[in-house]
Amino acid sequence: MTVRFTVNDEPVEVNLPGVRRLLDVLREDLGLTGTKEGCGEGECGACTVLLDGAVVDSCLVPISQVGGHAVRTVEGLAPRQPDRDHPAGPDDLNVLQRAFLETGGAQCGICTPGMLMAGEAFLASGLPATDEAIREAIAGNLCRCTGYTKIIEAIALAASRQAATRQEAGRPGAGERS
Amino acid sequence: MIEPPLVSPTGLDEAYRLLAEAVHRPVAGGTDVLVQLAGELGPPPERLIDLWGLDELRGISLDGDALTLGALTTYTEIRRSAVCRDLVPALVEASATIGAAQIQNRGTLGGNVANASPAGDMLPVLLATDAVIVVGSVRGEREVPAPSFWTGYRQTALQPDEIVVRIRIPLIADRQVRFRKIGTRRAQAISKVVLALSWVAESPGVQWRMVRLGLGSVAERPIRATATEAVLDGRLPTSDTADTASVRVAAEIEPINDVRSTADYRRAVTARVLHRLIREAGGW
Repeated sequence: MTVRFTVNDEPVEVNLPGVRRLLDVLREDLGLTGTKEGCGEGECGACTVLLDGAVVDSCLVPISQVGGHAVRTVEGLAPRQPDRDHPAGPDDLNVLQRAFLETGGAQCGICTPGMLMAGEAFLASGLPATDEAIREAIAGNLCRCTGYTKIIEAIALAASRQAATRQEAGRPGAGERS
Repeated sequence: MIEPPLVSPTGLDEAYRLLAEAVHRPVAGGTDVLVQLAGELGPPPERLIDLWGLDELRGISLDGDALTLGALTTYTEIRRSAVCRDLVPALVEASATIGAAQIQNRGTLGGNVANASPAGDMLPVLLATDAVIVVGSVRGEREVPAPSFWTGYRQTALQPDEIVVRIRIPLIADRQVRFRKIGTRRAQAISKVVLALSWVAESPGVQWRMVRLGLGSVAERPIRATATEAVLDGRLPTSDTADTASVRVAAEIEPINDVRSTADYRRAVTARVLHRLIREAGGW
């Protein structure tokens, strides 16, 4: 079947069996290998992406249900993709990715894309960044290296920076956006 | 990965026609069916029908003296529903224990009902609230009371061409419903024991009536512990009542040893949790 949707704001069209997993479409058909497969049965959250802003396990979503919707993957987080003239640097990452680097929130890296997407959904939710709220937001993402503490610190750090930026932007005369 | 053919009807009548022509495995949010496509849980289905586009199966509404939830209602929608929170908060509590956000955003109440796992987390709540499962096909709709819906291990009262359309929960004045799930951890756990207890009492000092005890993970299907209900009916939630009921429930259930727990543990913890719920209700 033909399915049209967006990935990281880019329109895509695929012609594939309707039951193909979104995870396989991203990795195999679209070449976006940032999203990882862990368990393949909705236990580990490694393949987490955002579907219309909500976290989903992409291993459990048939592509037939993605038509007309917006997918966001880890590739869509960084504001600028590196190229030959501009190799990647910390400034190219978004606030959450930088926080993961600074706190040591990533070790082997398999869970990291999913953790980042769960963290991104949490930051977008506007919920107060309490320890309990962050833990619930990443409850569907397993990590076997970090013990979670540094991941939670990273999300809290990103939330505090985001709040500070918003406050800055909200001050009279600063960064008018409307 | 096995990729059987899948049809995506855009209306309920079209879905009924397709189901009448050939047996299809229904897919709602995919949280059970996509796992089954890996083929590790037995032979995968030959044909699939994607119900996700059927808006007739969505929505939570209050219809007179009943709460009606469309089969495609997700756990996230239940958690965010003010109507559910106000009228049957046990639905919200149970939804919050299922998987984590990724599963709650996709998994559906109708899927939990039709998948018929003995460990289905919502099913004891439906048993304890006298829920009615409304099923549909080309022949029209019919209603199946929850206790008659799960007929054996992963077996249901559904005919091959029928699907779950909605779930209706009668609202009963002065009914209390309590829910508990015992798992290895709080998130992402399949239950060792899951239970919902309900009763009707006009005030805390009044004898319990219409007691219902729905249990999961303690038999080959979700069950009501009717012998234990009979022990509780007409009683006050006293220490004696709790002792008698917990002994009764341990004798009534038939749990098994499996990878998640042992029969002995399940028996002991079911009795203990029931005892505690009665104690909390009695305030002693």
